[in-house]
Amino acid sequence: MSLLTPPRAGLAIALVLLVTLPVWVGNTYYINIASQILLWAILALALNVLVGWAGLTSLGHAGLFAVAGYIAAMLLDRGYGHFTADVLAIVATLATTAVFAVLALRATGIGFLMITLAIGQILWGIAYRWVSLTNGDNGINVSTRPSLFGLALTSAPAFYLAVLAVFLIALASMAKFASSPFGASLRGTRDQSRRMTALGYNVWLIRFLAILFSGFWSGVAGLLFVYYNQFIGPQVVALTTSAEALLMVISGGSGTLLGPVMGAAIVVVMKNVVSAYIERWNLVLGVIFILIISFMPEGLVPGSVRLWRAGVRRLRQSRSPSLDRRSAASPDGRLTPSLRPERTP
Amino acid sequence: MSLWLTLAVNSIALGSLLFLLSSGFSLIFGLMRIPNLMHGAFFMLGAYFGVTLLWKGVNFWLAALISAAAMAVIGGLIERFLLRRLEGQVLPQVLLTLGFAFIIGDLCLMLWTGDPWQPATPDHLRGVVQMAGLYFPIYRLVIVIVALVVAAALWLLVDWTRLGAMIRAGVDDAPIARVVGIKVSQLFTLVFALGAALAAFGGVMGAPYLSVYPGLDYEMLPLALIVVILGGTGSLLGALVGSFLIGFLYNFGQAMFPDLAYVILFLPMLLILVLRPQGLFGRVAS
Repeated sequence: MSLLTPPRAGLAIALVLLVTLPVWVGNTYYINIASQILLWAILALALNVLVGWAGLTSLGHAGLFAVAGYIAAMLLDRGYGHFTADVLAIVATLATTAVFAVLALRATGIGFLMITLAIGQILWGIAYRWVSLTNGDNGINVSTRPSLFGLALTSAPAFYLAVLAVFLIALASMAKFASSPFGASLRGTRDQSRRMTALGYNVWLIRFLAILFSGFWSGVAGLLFVYYNQFIGPQVVALTTSAEALLMVISGGSGTLLGPVMGAAIVVVMKNVVSAYIERWNLVLGVIFILIISFMPEGLVPGSVRLWRAGVRRLRQSRSPSLDRRSAASPDGRLTPSLRPERTP
Repeated sequence: MSLWLTLAVNSIALGSLLFLLSSGFSLIFGLMRIPNLMHGAFFMLGAYFGVTLLWKGVNFWLAALISAAAMAVIGGLIERFLLRRLEGQVLPQVLLTLGFAFIIGDLCLMLWTGDPWQPATPDHLRGVVQMAGLYFPIYRLVIVIVALVVAAALWLLVDWTRLGAMIRAGVDDAPIARVVGIKVSQLFTLVFALGAALAAFGGVMGAPYLSVYPGLDYEMLPLALIVVILGGTGSLLGALVGSFLIGFLYNFGQAMFPDLAYVILFLPMLLILVLRPQGLFGRVAS
């Protein structure tokens, strides 16, 4: 009986719906959108480790994402097998992430963000300007997708299922990470880094390992991206990609597991819908940023819930004014921890 | 000989432009601790304003001043009505300024199309002067002189005037500054507007040299960032030295390793981060 609690039942239903998605959606276009949502969700989850749990905002994750994609594409282009190319791509991403982390961790807060932005731009510069290595603006084509256990991933449903499998592993690892002692200590470094130092934790090392973890999943998402598009070019490394990933994390609600996934769905769907009508995606992206900041700084999902509740409360209050005085007196929960200004110890 | 000399002159001119860009960034980011990711967009939008005015036949200097004034108003309004509400909250500030950077970039693409605009060098700045047997293009020299004048003026403003003392007091301890009667938030709006104006002024000054094209914003923003990280946040001298360093590195890198020029720019920043994270002239955070 305890096996089927409401959350578990919901999870099971969601899982069944996700696995059978190719059957009930049918249309290849929509299956592809679902694959995009899931692969971007992996990047958003990876960024969320830093933004939500470590309190470190990175604007260079497109670089880590693209390193994996580029290395795999370059190796495949030179005739290496899929397995070798993918493993080397992940190793290269981890190495890049380690350098990235060592440099960016020279600062926290605003300095961290600026350094990650600069490193992201270096990687963009390599992708765009180092033509002999990366083929510059023309990018690199990847002619084939790998096959898993003898199952070719060329069709949209097969590829979707592969992305779903990776996504579920990523989600499970994030859940495990969040509930582990290490996850707790990471959140400790976010909220009270001095106290954590005093308690004997190595704050630098905790942050470093968290960045490596984040970089690993960013690399995996990058690999999926390059196999999905069968092409990679410097636009992927541009600041827009990092900003989109950040928007996914923030819009869904950072520091949660489902938030970044919802955010990825929102951003991917919006991007596809908007691009169908107008060319001005960047303009829309900017307006969304400003609207979110102005009205729902905690993210679209928690923000909608708050506005909905406030609306319901106001409705009730108009009926019986004395009903909800207690909750009206409590300080409004406008800011999530990650959006709070860094506390000065 | 002449190749190296040309490169050196170009380097100093580019360094001067970078100083106009990054001194404003240094004031906003270094002094006020606002991560202004729309600084590159200010530079580009200012340059587009200037190009349009020049095209209408306005005098070069007048165009630069009008553009700077317009950008001061835009920057001041954004600071006053949007950024001010997010004081001390880094992530929302980042998202807001990034949002504006995207909007400005896309609006510029819409209004001025994707083709590059390169105004002709104004007549009175054409030609060369001869010094010690060497020829120097006037326009480049003028950029350098303007940057040095701006540097001196900023230094006098921040270090030697009552206004500068009030700004420094507001930065160091805003609550106490308010207690003694300094209107800190008005001052900060003023500083932000000044930074935006400097970026726009630099954009117009550089337009005949760099030309104005979509994507200029994201090319300039990291440069401002490197300069400030190199020089040390909040240090005008640091911004000046950093600008010239990057100017030289860019031009010589471009001549010697064209594929890697852009990447070479970031090497000193990486070195500085590892060896001296507060920057060449930065104060150690107390």
